[in-house]
Amino acid sequence: MSRKRTDEEYRRTVSFRLKQWLDGSRDPYLDQVEMTPKQPYVETPEVQERRARERERMLERVYDVGRNTRIREFHHLYQIFSVLFCLLLVLALLTAVSWLPTVGAKERPVNNEVAARYIENGLQETGAVNIVTGMILDYRAFDTLGESHVLFAATCTVLILLRRDKKKRAREIESDRLYEPKNDVILQTAARVLVPPIIIFGIYVILCGHLGPGGGFSGGAIIGAGLILYLCAFGFEKTERFFTAKTYRVTSFCALACYSLSKCYSFYTGANGIESAIPLGTPGAILSSGLIFVLNICVGVVVAGTMYTFYCMFRKGGY
Amino acid sequence: MEVVRNFPFLSIIMALFSGPLCSVLGRQAAKWVNTAVISLIGVMSFAVLLFTVRTGDFYVYQMGHFPAPWGNEIRFGQLEAWMALFFCVIMLLCMLSGRRELARETEPTKQNLYYAMVGLLLSSLLALIYTNDMFTAYVFVEINTISACGLIMIRENGRTLEAAMRYMIMSLLGSGLLLMGLCFLYDLTGHLLMSNIRESVTALAASGEYHVPLLVAICLMSVGIAIKSALFPFHAWLPDAYGYSTLSSSAILSSLVSKGYIFLLVKIFYRVIGFDVVRESKVVNVLFIFGILGMILGSVFAIQEDNVRRMIAYSSVAQIGYIYMGFGLGTAAGMIASLYHILSHAATKSLLFVAASGLTDVSDERTDFLGLTGAGYRNKLAGLAFTVGSLSMVGIPAFSGFISKLLFAQAAYETRHKMLLALVALAISTILNAVYFMKTVIRLYTPGWRAGLTVAQAKITVKDQPLKSAMLVCFIMLNLFLGLCSEPLVRLMIEGLERFA
Repeated sequence: MSRKRTDEEYRRTVSFRLKQWLDGSRDPYLDQVEMTPKQPYVETPEVQERRARERERMLERVYDVGRNTRIREFHHLYQIFSVLFCLLLVLALLTAVSWLPTVGAKERPVNNEVAARYIENGLQETGAVNIVTGMILDYRAFDTLGESHVLFAATCTVLILLRRDKKKRAREIESDRLYEPKNDVILQTAARVLVPPIIIFGIYVILCGHLGPGGGFSGGAIIGAGLILYLCAFGFEKTERFFTAKTYRVTSFCALACYSLSKCYSFYTGANGIESAIPLGTPGAILSSGLIFVLNICVGVVVAGTMYTFYCMFRKGGY
Repeated sequence: MEVVRNFPFLSIIMALFSGPLCSVLGRQAAKWVNTAVISLIGVMSFAVLLFTVRTGDFYVYQMGHFPAPWGNEIRFGQLEAWMALFFCVIMLLCMLSGRRELARETEPTKQNLYYAMVGLLLSSLLALIYTNDMFTAYVFVEINTISACGLIMIRENGRTLEAAMRYMIMSLLGSGLLLMGLCFLYDLTGHLLMSNIRESVTALAASGEYHVPLLVAICLMSVGIAIKSALFPFHAWLPDAYGYSTLSSSAILSSLVSKGYIFLLVKIFYRVIGFDVVRESKVVNVLFIFGILGMILGSVFAIQEDNVRRMIAYSSVAQIGYIYMGFGLGTAAGMIASLYHILSHAATKSLLFVAASGLTDVSDERTDFLGLTGAGYRNKLAGLAFTVGSLSMVGIPAFSGFISKLLFAQAAYETRHKMLLALVALAISTILNAVYFMKTVIRLYTPGWRAGLTVAQAKITVKDQPLKSAMLVCFIMLNLFLGLCSEPLVRLMIEGLERFA
């Protein structure tokens, strides 16, 4: 401390630094000679990339069949054993099949009273000229109820797997659209001619499912194919005007709900011995065979929606 | 006809209907619809159980206007009603305890689809329990497979997608084998209704006609269902599927999905083929061997595992091995023990999954053992629940696992040739169970500083997660109930099994 200089000036003098060094309040070599504490290791993107590449190369060499003889041997053994196993299984199954009742023989166990009643009384009891439709939608309607829910479950699973959020993945969806055909004249003209008859034919197959070959499953598949053709020709912009994921959910919900409720009614009345109030109508008329007509439409809606949704999901991941 | 007799069919239809309904609702509404449907079905199953126990009889319910061999039918007695009630209770507890994880780990726009899948899964489980028709069973097996895939991959990361893929491939292989067996059986008997197949098969077995295809059909169906329920050599899909999916999925998958298939196998053995014919065919011996291998090797895999959820998943392999070992004994007592083990494993495994997620919550989401050190102090209730689950799995008296092991040992004691092997395998497997479960429990109650963990980690009390804590308490109570009140349950199941076929 000096009286002639101000405090600030004094701090800059050599004697002040000397005094500080002597009483140990400041170390002039601090931060000069000592090792700096270790910096946290930050990887630049290039380093990360290089490391990933190296790791890949290492894995490649480990799994490289050409160099790693043990893996090659394992692969060979694996292939040999899998082929042997499959052959063995095929052999066992073929042997078993050869022991089965002869195909077409009259006294097969399958030709029993069950099939006889379907064929002889099917028309009177269900009102459906097409016995197969009568079987799947009236005699064994519970199985078909399960089957249409299988389709619904499959669609939901595909939605869970492939559906992309429009807000989050807008760019991905946009880039998918780049590959859509814009103005393919041949395709568009063909679609313009073909799609209406295809869809009308599908509707015909569904509506006449109880009168001749056809029904909800086949007709729904035809309608679905027509929709897919339309989509291929004109792109998502046109189809999204009338068919989105929401449309699919609502229509299939309505169809499945209608199916469940009408079958609820017929199961309940059937089990409790109540006469069903639904008339069977005259066989051969379009409005006949009781609930089968309605159920065919429900199944057709579900199948068409499922086919179309599968296509949209696998093509773009959302619609 | 009593109103109660409509309930089984109503519960299947309601669960089916809740699927499409949830898919059009928003996620909050779907959540409540799902909870309400599961609870309502539980109440209805309870009413059916009371009714069937009081009358002590079984009932056939005709689905539609046509009687059985032409139309479909379902059939229920006290065993079926009890299983339905139990499955509903477990499913409700799993869904409620996994809500927070579901909201956190999945995309909000897909959660309603998740609830739709759960509804469909429940309907398929109920249909597998109640149906009396082989083809209906196959249709609902398909629903079960597809919706289980959906449950696995709702948490969209690489591991669950791969796990779902594996699950789908293995499970479809199993379905295919089951369907092939079914076709063989149909060709031999001309029927799809279980009771009618039984009559024809008994006649065929007595006359010795079509011996080879019958044997092949039994083998195909057993192997198909064994693949679907992850018996030992077919377990490769299991650890990833249970270990990485969202909490309620892994709890439901491990405790219910595989059990539905196993119940179908019991049905095939008892009601479709007849247990005497199955025993004659020696298929049970194969199941016995693989069950024992699964009991021991599943535990060995679990010991090697460092991820607690995968460890619990591998423990499932061992427990499925127990169930098949019980089938393999080839006696009614073995079957009862297996059925009881279905209950005790379902209750305990879901408890363990929920407790493990409570423990990883307080360990910065780490699932390895080092990260879990001292987690029992940080989340006391989850630690307690995990301990209870472990003790039950090991087979300590007063918990449910003890009863099933006791029943297995008693059943093994009554057989002649398999007694020694079964008892030795039980002993070894119990010790191995103790090794990995006690290792985990000790790890949970080791103070963190001893393992060198210096970072103070979050604590969770009951108030932070009231719903999950309540569910954990329910699970513990259920476990104690199965462990302490086993006598009436076992009697119920014995009587139910007598009227099963």
